[in-house]
Amino acid sequence: MEHEMAYDMQGKSYPVTDFKDDYSGEKFGFWVFLLTEAMMFGVLFLLFSVYFYRHSEIFAISSGELNIWLGGINTVILLLSTYTMGLASLMMRQNKIRTSAILVGVTALMAVVFLGIKGVEWSIDIHHGIYPGSGILDVMDKGKILFFGLYFVMTGLHGLHVIVGIALMCWVLLLIRFGGIRPEHTIVMKNVTLYWDFVHLIWIVLFPLFYMIGV
Amino acid sequence: MPSFYHETQTVFGTHKNPVLQWIFTIDHKRIALLYMGVMFTLFFFAVSAAVTMRAELFFPGQQFLQPHTYNELFTFHGVTMIFLFIVPGIAAALGNFMLPLMIGARDLSFPRLNLLSWWLYILGVVTALSSLMTGNGFADTGWTFYAPYSIRTDAHVLSTLSAAFILGLSSILTGLNFVVTIHRLRAPGMDFFKMPLFVWGLYATAWIQVLATPVVGITLLLVILERTLGVGIFDPTKGGDPILYEHLFWIYSHPAVYLMILPGFGIISEVLPVFTRRTIFGYRSIAISSASIAGIGYLVWGHHMFTSGMSDLARIIFSLLTFLVAIPTGVKIFDWIATLYKGSIILATPMLWILGSIINFTVGGLTGLTLGAIGADIHLHDTYFVVAHFHYTILGGVVFMFIGGLHYWYPKITGKLYDEFRGRIAFGLMFVGFNLLWFPMFIAGFLGNPRRYFDYLPTFTPFHQVAGVGAVLVASGLLLVLYNFYRGLKEGKEAGANPWNGTTLEWHIPSPPPLENFSKIPYVDFDPYEYENGEPIVQFDENFRRVR
Repeated sequence: MEHEMAYDMQGKSYPVTDFKDDYSGEKFGFWVFLLTEAMMFGVLFLLFSVYFYRHSEIFAISSGELNIWLGGINTVILLLSTYTMGLASLMMRQNKIRTSAILVGVTALMAVVFLGIKGVEWSIDIHHGIYPGSGILDVMDKGKILFFGLYFVMTGLHGLHVIVGIALMCWVLLLIRFGGIRPEHTIVMKNVTLYWDFVHLIWIVLFPLFYMIGV
Repeated sequence: MPSFYHETQTVFGTHKNPVLQWIFTIDHKRIALLYMGVMFTLFFFAVSAAVTMRAELFFPGQQFLQPHTYNELFTFHGVTMIFLFIVPGIAAALGNFMLPLMIGARDLSFPRLNLLSWWLYILGVVTALSSLMTGNGFADTGWTFYAPYSIRTDAHVLSTLSAAFILGLSSILTGLNFVVTIHRLRAPGMDFFKMPLFVWGLYATAWIQVLATPVVGITLLLVILERTLGVGIFDPTKGGDPILYEHLFWIYSHPAVYLMILPGFGIISEVLPVFTRRTIFGYRSIAISSASIAGIGYLVWGHHMFTSGMSDLARIIFSLLTFLVAIPTGVKIFDWIATLYKGSIILATPMLWILGSIINFTVGGLTGLTLGAIGADIHLHDTYFVVAHFHYTILGGVVFMFIGGLHYWYPKITGKLYDEFRGRIAFGLMFVGFNLLWFPMFIAGFLGNPRRYFDYLPTFTPFHQVAGVGAVLVASGLLLVLYNFYRGLKEGKEAGANPWNGTTLEWHIPSPPPLENFSKIPYVDFDPYEYENGEPIVQFDENFRRVR
């Protein structure tokens, strides 16, 4: 289709942006969306810093009770998964569609493993009676209640984002299969990659805050 | 030419059923009308709640409402008016309709996302209203949901909170859509300082929606988790700090009042040039002041909490910042007055509403400065003075601007003209009624009448009775507006493309506009409000090539 033009009084022509196919608009829109996500997590980090300031010692002690190995493995997995997702995006642009699809699949698989390990961690805590509103936790020191309250809320919200990420990757795979994502039309894939980068970035900050201050 | 009422595109392709054609439409104009319909229905419910409270307050002592019912009523009024009516407000209704028309675009950047916003809004409405029927009655916390009461009360706060959360999401998506649309879809040649000022208002609003709403979203979510799981982040018995809730709540909810009014300021700047037949005074300063109100407005939330035990230093800083917001706002008001100076003023209905709103808003704004002064605030905190200030800015300001905008664009939206005489009577009723209703409350508040009580000392009786009379006038004025619009649809004269001699792009296309608005996109190399001898300078031929 020919590109639409607007004309000034002298008859000079200027290209019109097509709202149905606007690559830059879709990318910009997604950046704005990520900004709202950052604001949302930002509030939680703010709360963390206020309470950390008030209960520094207890926070450090509570942090020591988390399993740094499980958390550390998860960090490595997430780092690797952003690499594979980025590579998938790159491969798509280079017209290597099959490789790209495999890499997206691998990324999704790593995300599932991440959730599995997270699930193990949570169930150990819950088994020990450490969860919001439990009778055991509620009689402990207030700093401890707050630490674990924040821990469950923040890793929970992050986990929710991982679940959404897995759903998005399945969607990307479907789109690749049915031609919705092609080497010359990659916006969805670009945005999902961007999203996954954001999810891992949040974890990169969460990990030291919760697991490493007690080391 | 068939208008958007005759043909539409839906998210699932085409439908025969007209109801499905409406509720699944991705046309920004239809979505705007969907918003308008639901919003104004709820608006009238909330007005009824207000009139009921006024009736209860007509005499001191208990009349016909239980104190607890009274608490539920003002919460219902507040939640409905704020979250369901005025926050989506001008932006979702008039903005949705007008934004693409004014920048020369065929739709918003993300039409399907726009429809999703509306559906989320409906989900929020249903969730909020469901608590009227379920649980232990409607929330009784006030629209602010302050912890720890909102954690403890038996009332059905959970569904109201969830509703506010969902509505926030809807609002964010609308804001995102507007930001991208304004950046990407302006007609070729239209740079930021050639945009109509309503678009500037929407732009500033959209950024507030995007940046501030997530803050309240997560905060309300934490209260929800508090009630369901007992996380403890705002619960003092578990070490949580309720003051932090207040901070986070107002970080959103103060910018939210600018989010309500900035599109309204935009409407003023649209209506004034048209009904004075001259270009607006200080275009750039109005545009930039919208942005700076949004910016500074983000940093003043602490003035809601002067009595919460904040440090003196923090109070002085917040007080100073609050005074600073008055500067860009004052710039706007002076610009508007300067626009009137030596203009050929036409006192048509939209112009009356706009002038009324400027008067009311000036009172509201200046009393806001009174409240921003720390000493005065300690005295006036939690009195009717605050409530009067708020209603002067939001009811006398935003709602007047909104209704003015509805009159102004009514011919564009419906293709018909309303009755001018009825319009002016309705304005008169509302303007007199509004001032009778709220001005006495400044005095009552100043003399110490607290807000949110179902009863008052007998010395305050005259104030409340004058207010009661005003409330009746306001309600009848609103009904007359509604009736006038209804009769206009039935028997109004054909409006034609440009009944007001407007200059902005929406007046260059047929009323009501066709699907996708512009057959050809114009090239915009001119300022938005240019008149010569009372006539718009710029004219287009049928192919949107500029001929003059």
